[in-house]
Amino acid sequence: MSVFAFYLFAICVITGGLFTVISRQPVHSVLWLILSFISAAGLFVLLGAEFVAMLLIIVYVGAVAVLFLFVVMMLDVDFAELKAEMARYMPLALLIGLVILMQLAMAFGVWESNAAAESLRMQVIPTDRHNTEALGLILYDQYFLLFQLAGLILLVAMIGAIVLTLRHRTDIKRQNIVAQMMRDPAKAMELKDVKPGQGL
Amino acid sequence: MADFFSTPGGIAVLILAQVLAVVAFVMISLLFLVYGDRKIWAAVQMRRGPNVVGVYGILQSVADALKYVVKEVVIPAGADRTVFMLAPLTSFVLAMVAWAVIPFNDGWVLSDINVAILYVFAVSSLEVYGVIMGGWASNSKYPFLGSLRSAAQMISYEVSIGLIIIGVIISTGSMNFGDIVRAQDGDFGFFSWYWLPHFPMVFLFFISALAETNRPPFDLPEAESELVAGYQVEYSATPFLLFMAGEYIAIFLMCALTSLLFFGGWLSPIPGLPDGVLWMVGKMAFFFFIFAMVKAITPRYRYDQLMRLGWKVFLPFSLVWVVFVSFAAKFDWFWGAFARWTTGG
Repeated sequence: MSVFAFYLFAICVITGGLFTVISRQPVHSVLWLILSFISAAGLFVLLGAEFVAMLLIIVYVGAVAVLFLFVVMMLDVDFAELKAEMARYMPLALLIGLVILMQLAMAFGVWESNAAAESLRMQVIPTDRHNTEALGLILYDQYFLLFQLAGLILLVAMIGAIVLTLRHRTDIKRQNIVAQMMRDPAKAMELKDVKPGQGL
Repeated sequence: MADFFSTPGGIAVLILAQVLAVVAFVMISLLFLVYGDRKIWAAVQMRRGPNVVGVYGILQSVADALKYVVKEVVIPAGADRTVFMLAPLTSFVLAMVAWAVIPFNDGWVLSDINVAILYVFAVSSLEVYGVIMGGWASNSKYPFLGSLRSAAQMISYEVSIGLIIIGVIISTGSMNFGDIVRAQDGDFGFFSWYWLPHFPMVFLFFISALAETNRPPFDLPEAESELVAGYQVEYSATPFLLFMAGEYIAIFLMCALTSLLFFGGWLSPIPGLPDGVLWMVGKMAFFFFIFAMVKAITPRYRYDQLMRLGWKVFLPFSLVWVVFVSFAAKFDWFWGAFARWTTGG
């Protein structure tokens, strides 16, 4: 059963990845990418890493891919033309790809892990506690400082994005929220008794 | 017979039957929810509401569903056909999928997984795709604007929902709904549930749930005065029905979540009375009533106010609350009300 599920998810990941690249319509590309993400989350569930799987969906699909989709929907770029442009660089791209493939093959072909390293390697699914707890212990106890450091890097990126896009415009009307909330009907409007046929 | 249910085929049959039971429950309640929603709304506005089909109009939803199904599906000429049809399906299926981890009684749950609450959160974060895809594939201005608004709104309020849920998880020490409800079991019935220690968060969660499900007063995606009907403008017949059903199922899910996280799920409010599935269903119905009342009595928010509320009020407040709950749980303040694992609750 889980073998069947594995092949299902694996085929979905590969199909999703393939169509992300070859799709003509960029929005379709992003949708295929999302299929790929979700299937990868399924693979994590099969591995027993359900926490990572859920985070993958929440962070990548629920937030990052939504932003992708936003940007791609808003851009008015003719991607077919862009791709034709890219075809000129195809030989170079193929060359780089080939080099990387060769390097990977050379690295992994002669890979021999040290016996000591093998014993240090942790089990993917801890047997004594479930993996949310195990991840929490590793992140917040063992690698606490590194985890905080990663958070700081993200904070810097966030502040950078805000600094780059923030403009203080003076020529627009702004609403004073506090003043707005303190308004009361007695001061905001006046009821008048209008006599018929006379007007104000 | 008992042997049969332990073979792979038997397990498959058993799971299928359970899935059907949950789907049937959700679909049948859906019919009455739509009816109830309209009746409550009408009662507040001193109208009669649906009263023609069946006794007191109780079969109105059935008639409506039938009408939607037999009507013609119109697909706009410029629409992206595949994505256009995929959007309502996404919205409906995702709304149904989340019910897999919702327990109705102790152990009455389709899939009792460790990360149940994260699963629900993940699925509800995916729901935004139905809206975006629908708005984009319609290839028309109003649906597109509606879907952009909706996507921004749903993502904004998801953040504060996530933080509020983290508070509950810290108090329980588990992400399983069964554990969360069992942790609320105490000697004081109604007063040992999480709504008391997490009091302000109940309101924040409820309001965020309104925004997350695009219910009034946060129904800006389909603000009919400016956007005609938002991302649903181009949809007709069954696809529209799927969108609407998905929306109501998501609302009902939020009712279930509110009762599980803060109001003790299937636990009885009065110590001594038996716990059971009826309490759970009753609580869900009650929260749906509140949802319907909110729809009836509140005016719509303006878009900038909505965003301000989400990012400048709810987010900081719930973030501070997470820090507070962490300290309260760690140092065992308030007689362990925030750290149920210490009191054995």
